[in-house]
Amino acid sequence: MTEYYFRTEDLKVGYKGRALLENIRISLKKGEILTLVGPNGAGKSTILKSITKQLRILGGNVVIGEKDLSRINYRELSRKMAVVLTDRIRPELMTCHDLAATGRYPYTGRLGILSREDEEKVEGAMELVDAKDLGGRLFTSLSDGQKQRILLARAICQEPEILVLDEPTSFLDIKYKLELLDILQRMAKNQEITVIMSLHEIDLAGKVSDKVIPVRAGCVYDYGKPEDILREDFIRELYDLEKGGFDPVFGSIELPRPLGEPETMVISACGKGIPVYRRLQREGVPFIAGILYGNDVDYQLARHLASRVILAEPFEEISASVYEEAREAAGKCSRIYYTDIPWGSSNRRLLRLLEEMKEQDGIECILFE
Amino acid sequence: MTENGFHYENFKRRGRYTAVFGVMILALLVMAFVNINTGTVDISAAEIVRIIFAGQTEETKYQIIWQIRLPRILMAAILGGALSLSGFLLQVFFNNPIAGPFILGISSGAKMVVALVMIFFLKSIGSMSSYMLIGAAFAGALISVSFVLLVSKRLPNMSALLVAGIMISYICSAVTEFMITFAEDTDIVNLHGWSQGSFSGMNWSNVRVGSAVIAAAFLGTFLMSKPIGAYQMGEAYAKSMGVDIRSFRVILIVLSSVFSACVTAFAGPISFVGIAVPQLTKLALKTSKPLIVIPASFLGGAVFCMFSDLTARMAFAPLELNISTVTSVFGAPVVIWMLVHREKEKQ
Repeated sequence: MTEYYFRTEDLKVGYKGRALLENIRISLKKGEILTLVGPNGAGKSTILKSITKQLRILGGNVVIGEKDLSRINYRELSRKMAVVLTDRIRPELMTCHDLAATGRYPYTGRLGILSREDEEKVEGAMELVDAKDLGGRLFTSLSDGQKQRILLARAICQEPEILVLDEPTSFLDIKYKLELLDILQRMAKNQEITVIMSLHEIDLAGKVSDKVIPVRAGCVYDYGKPEDILREDFIRELYDLEKGGFDPVFGSIELPRPLGEPETMVISACGKGIPVYRRLQREGVPFIAGILYGNDVDYQLARHLASRVILAEPFEEISASVYEEAREAAGKCSRIYYTDIPWGSSNRRLLRLLEEMKEQDGIECILFE
Repeated sequence: MTENGFHYENFKRRGRYTAVFGVMILALLVMAFVNINTGTVDISAAEIVRIIFAGQTEETKYQIIWQIRLPRILMAAILGGALSLSGFLLQVFFNNPIAGPFILGISSGAKMVVALVMIFFLKSIGSMSSYMLIGAAFAGALISVSFVLLVSKRLPNMSALLVAGIMISYICSAVTEFMITFAEDTDIVNLHGWSQGSFSGMNWSNVRVGSAVIAAAFLGTFLMSKPIGAYQMGEAYAKSMGVDIRSFRVILIVLSSVFSACVTAFAGPISFVGIAVPQLTKLALKTSKPLIVIPASFLGGAVFCMFSDLTARMAFAPLELNISTVTSVFGAPVVIWMLVHREKEKQ
């Protein structure tokens, strides 16, 4: 078991002696990133507070390195572990440089005076989070996103072996979201820092994490690789999704499909259908998508948004039966949107369908550009 | 060194610290000199210098300076500093800028127990020693603090805390008044002047005991500046930096109670210094770094109390005002301004 740096054994967490979650089992090697995902109020923060010794553990063990967390005192822990919390802090008259410098706390002397070396480390951390210009500004005057970066710089100054972050990407715009995760990934890989965090963005969780642990009220699942955990049906179960869905391929969440009897059809290929689908969804128009190849990128969205998808086997010529199915469906529609499609030998039948429909009265064919 | 870099900012700040400390020390010296020089008996500056540096003489002027004015000035300075630090520590503890020993009822609690001890034990023991006075005041301070802590644990917001403090303050005053009503005449006279707050009647033994206790507490507070700095970021971050929160809080409360007990034991309850001075000091320094703010608050409190005492003595001389009358006039507007300012900041 020595290769694991961070372990929990049947960890039980909760508030005031009442257990919220039980049997949490995690094993992480140095330099691995673990992400907690799950709905609001599931207890992600409770777990993070328990493993950082902010909350008393109700049962089981947390082991960091070779030592039990209960036997590590706060002073010792502060050299191993740094945190970025969701607590809103309002330190008065503190500049960002001051705030980042508090990360050096475990290393400074009795009075907390920074040495030359400490100063350099603070400067380095500020540079890493792209916040050098903010150094002289008052922390309370910053935007939420800037504050988050300074808090990360503070954690970096602490030179931890393990970094715990509670929803670090909230308040950040996409640029800084990406930069933050990039920094975490680099820290994990280059400096072998173990990262444990909670994220709301399942797509980002899938991109940055080595391990993912799903947490739901009263129930912790086994942790696993993101590709094993972040599957469509499982996410639906985890978040109790009734409408809409999660697409593991794009890592995107989709609004529910428009309801009703479809009278619109979309003929598209090669991703050209995606804007059409989105517009119809926004306008609340139910539609049929087809004929689509199973490997077409349009299909990935059509299966979430279309009332019905007419599907053809990839790399094959469209079969007569699929053609018939599509023809019948199109015949019932009053409007067909089509896009610019490269016509080749295998989709001849789709071209034929389109021509046929253009000839018919009562069906309006519109080229979508 | 770029214009907006933090190096430049740090450089600017160091300049500011030096300037603020310089002004405070200068103000302290001026206050001390003016205080010695002022009184119902006129003594010229040259005479003062001669009296202070010359040996003992039997003149009345010598007596006035050595036995009345000097101990009083020193006590005003020391106790003013203590009061200011007591407020500073409470503000850190409750994370509330208008916490202070007077407003949270800590001074009243101390006053109550001191009155109790004076009335019921004075006859059997004779006169109270300074240490005993401080001990009684400390016990009273702890009683009030524990009550306020109890309430603040259940209702963790700023107004509940203040209401709790004001209530305990009323209760303690009621008990004190009650005891005074049933006490004998001599005690009442004794107690009445003291319970309103005054620096008059200080002697050298007071100065010795007071300065020893306060010096120890000051040292303790100064050594706490590092965890105090961490605690300013909230309990959770402080913990993650390795601060043992439980013992930290106990130390904070004990130190703050020692300071306010000392003040109450010698000079009675004094209002608003504990709130106003640390806040003004922070604003002047433009920092909340405890390492800087702690000594500066002490100095600021000393200057403020010497100034207030001078005003109390001289404004309507030969009548002497209560020290709290003066500190309230200057301190209360600061508190009101702070409340308004805070609300504005929230928006």
